[in-house]
Amino acid sequence: MAPVIGALAIASVVLASSSGLPGLALWRRPVLGQRLSAGVLCLAAVLGIVAAVPVLAGAAPFVLHTPWGQPNASLALRLDPLSALFLVPVLLVPALGSIYGLAYFPQASLGARAVRLQLWYGLVTGSMALVLLSDNAMLFLFAWEVMAVCGFFLVLADPDRKDAQKAAWVYLVAAHAGTFAILAFFSIVGSARGTFDFAGWQHLGATGAKASWLWTLALVGFGLKAGLVPLHFWLPGAHAAAPSHVSALMSGVLLKTGVYGILRATGFFESPPASWGVALLVLGGASGVLGVALALAQHDLKRLLAYHSVENIGIITMGVGLAVLGRARGEPALVLLGFAGAALHVVNHALFKSLLFLGAGSVQHAAGTRDIERLGGLSRAMPFTAGLFLVGAAAISGLPPLNGFVSEWLVVMGSLRALDLPPGDRASFAVLVVPTLALVGALAAACFVKVQGTVFLGKPRTSEAAAAHESPRAMLVPMGVLAAACVAIGVLPAVFLPALARGAASWSGLPLSTLAAPAAAATASAGMVSGLAVLLLALVASLTFLRRRLGPGAAVGETWGCGYAYPTARMEYTGSSFAQILNQGFRWVLFPRVRFQPPRGPFPASARFSTEPREAVLDLTILPGIRGYGSAASRVRALLAGRVHFYALLVLATLVFLLAWRLLWW
Amino acid sequence: MILRALFQIGILLLLPPLLLGVVNRVKAIVAGRRGPPLLQGYYDLAKLLRKGSVYSRTTTWVFRAGPVVGLAAVATAGTMLPVAGQPAIFSFSGDFVLFAYLLALARFATALAALDTGSSFEGMGAAREVSFASMAEPALFLCLVVLARATGSLSLSGMLGPGLAPAWSGAAPALLLSAIALFVVALAENSRIPVDDPSTHLELTMIHEVMVLDHSGPDLAFILYGASIKFFLFGALFVRLVLDLRVQGIWGAEAAFVAGLVGFAVLVGLVESFMARLRLNRVPQMLVGASVLSVFALVLLLR
Repeated sequence: MAPVIGALAIASVVLASSSGLPGLALWRRPVLGQRLSAGVLCLAAVLGIVAAVPVLAGAAPFVLHTPWGQPNASLALRLDPLSALFLVPVLLVPALGSIYGLAYFPQASLGARAVRLQLWYGLVTGSMALVLLSDNAMLFLFAWEVMAVCGFFLVLADPDRKDAQKAAWVYLVAAHAGTFAILAFFSIVGSARGTFDFAGWQHLGATGAKASWLWTLALVGFGLKAGLVPLHFWLPGAHAAAPSHVSALMSGVLLKTGVYGILRATGFFESPPASWGVALLVLGGASGVLGVALALAQHDLKRLLAYHSVENIGIITMGVGLAVLGRARGEPALVLLGFAGAALHVVNHALFKSLLFLGAGSVQHAAGTRDIERLGGLSRAMPFTAGLFLVGAAAISGLPPLNGFVSEWLVVMGSLRALDLPPGDRASFAVLVVPTLALVGALAAACFVKVQGTVFLGKPRTSEAAAAHESPRAMLVPMGVLAAACVAIGVLPAVFLPALARGAASWSGLPLSTLAAPAAAATASAGMVSGLAVLLLALVASLTFLRRRLGPGAAVGETWGCGYAYPTARMEYTGSSFAQILNQGFRWVLFPRVRFQPPRGPFPASARFSTEPREAVLDLTILPGIRGYGSAASRVRALLAGRVHFYALLVLATLVFLLAWRLLWW
Repeated sequence: MILRALFQIGILLLLPPLLLGVVNRVKAIVAGRRGPPLLQGYYDLAKLLRKGSVYSRTTTWVFRAGPVVGLAAVATAGTMLPVAGQPAIFSFSGDFVLFAYLLALARFATALAALDTGSSFEGMGAAREVSFASMAEPALFLCLVVLARATGSLSLSGMLGPGLAPAWSGAAPALLLSAIALFVVALAENSRIPVDDPSTHLELTMIHEVMVLDHSGPDLAFILYGASIKFFLFGALFVRLVLDLRVQGIWGAEAAFVAGLVGFAVLVGLVESFMARLRLNRVPQMLVGASVLSVFALVLLLR
């Protein structure tokens, strides 16, 4: 079995990486070329998922080890349940995105830009899969770097746009800062262990300050990729500037390689201390709350969705934190539920976030803008897109009977297990994850009521929105598949729990039998969730049926405007007004730029009010810091203008300083 | 067994409109009026179900789905709540999360239906509803976590079941704090004074009522009925939390439960009679206060 799985996985990586080539080769027949490219990527996805499923169902993990000419490197591959859990969404989302791209980014009209995009798109998919399969630090870093560089070119799909250029540079710098931290982590561990194969890195000692600093390096490196607060600064710009199927890939799955890295790195350590779990819980909680608070303030649909990725990474990180805490305290239930919630949320977020980004792309395609204040009423022109987006919106808000609820429920259940710790154990305060998740979920619901309501409901606010049209089928079908997956996981969560338990066992090193009891309890409860989901759907269906039979019929009129007969779209509540109460509460993180021209005089001519949220970390900390450093450096450079006598003075000053230091303090 | 289940479903579906009648009657008596009959809620529903509806040209299927989804979600949530002295119809570890998120689903559907009309009034109502809910939700979950810790159970039936009475003797201060917080959340979630005023319609300070301005006929009946079930659910939570229902007799627990619910309605009516509605910007303070109270309760239990 293992050789077949291995062959399928390797074929999947190779095919995915080269899936852009048919588009390049069939340069003169763009439609056929792009379809072939998408076909190859879909085939790669099918092969990879076929390889991952048996591993998740309990087949022995696939391991391959061959030498490689590079120093310290070997072509070591491993497909264990942890990799397999990530591999499924990592291949599924790009494959659906490539189908979406047929209509959204057509080679027939965009020519070379589309060809380039497909090349990078395939390569980033292959390299993400290789990151998950790597069992050697050098191979991992190689794949990681290819992935990062592909990301840069994908964000820069439209090289002439200023915002894309800025976002791509910020992304590239952040990605390399992260790689640097990971490289340091790998080098220290590798030189201590004498091998760079992950197989030789098991059971690292986790006690002492040195181990904690080592782990912090990994956390910073992978946290930058995952977009944990405050390392999320590169994320909103990059995800908003990229084409929508690329945003879906980046937000849906590229971030998850960071989560995978955190899990892998933490897994190397023998019994990590509880403080690491607490650190992850705090970081996750902060990312969750601040991510959604920042999202609420956005007007740009894709930026808003990007901030929601920060929020969801926060939820995932809280799950991971619970699992780490469980390992520290020897509580298998905490390990299982925390890991299962985190891993399932990785899959779920990949599904609903890419659904939402594809929906945002359709909106932009149809109405020509991403500014939600200029949209409205689109559900009349594009009913299918609106319906599918609604599924994604409800799923990301964690509402039953959809998948987002199930994974958040697992994380909540995990944090409630902290109550079982012996009395007096401070770690039982991990139960505060429950109200944090409640807050995050309710804020996310508020934000998506705002998005769905402002974009799709009510009346069109501009002529562009009024002239929108439904998307072609190539864009609707991938969204439909994603929405169906959201419903399936939401209604039948119990099916996925055995695979999640295997992932938890493979990550934590605990035997599967230890995790069996909590897994069985969770499966039983998940069965009840399914039952109630079905009851809910049945009630909705029967009440709809009943509703049709009630009453003598319906009349059509104008919206009740409290007696005002001619309401216009300009009187509608805007997204900003909708979020105003909550933005007011979160103004300490938003730092909005407010432009206010108040009405003056008895007959005011014009008045304006606008707010624009700023990115606190990037716009208010990093960029001013870099600018300040740049101006200080240029001032120093102005001194060093080649005047020899000045250099001699400097040498003398240094000498005097050293002498003084020697005499006074040494 | 089946009889009890039928009784539970019956009480869940039939009793709620009466409770709102009790609230209104209490308010009328305190104000020196006679007030509408206790059964006015049922008359209203019966009348609305026979009427036709008017739909705005702006609305889509979302507007029509709002009342249906809202009612279905609230009713499904009700099946997980232990009514009278019995465990709930469906009970499992973690059911309270589903309970709270089903109420959130109802809110999501109602708020979207409000935005579907394109009316700025209803937009305001929807914005306030979801904003205040996001402050009430942590308080609700904290109360439930306190209950879980005090009783050692993770299902609503266990939290509010036989383990609760011993917990009151051991952890009374914490449970009292969370009962107060739960009462505040119940007032906010059900749009009662001091958060919202259910008896006026066209005031700019309205929350829930203004969201449903455009609904008429059977749709409005669904919404009113769903709102009364939600009131019943929070009442049942509160009553089970503060009343010891281990009463002797064949239907003693059931009778005590119904009496407790009526008492809850009277309490709400008295609060509505003797308090003014808070200014909108004071509401978040009250809700955050409820969360803080329940964090104190949790600290008392975890220390």
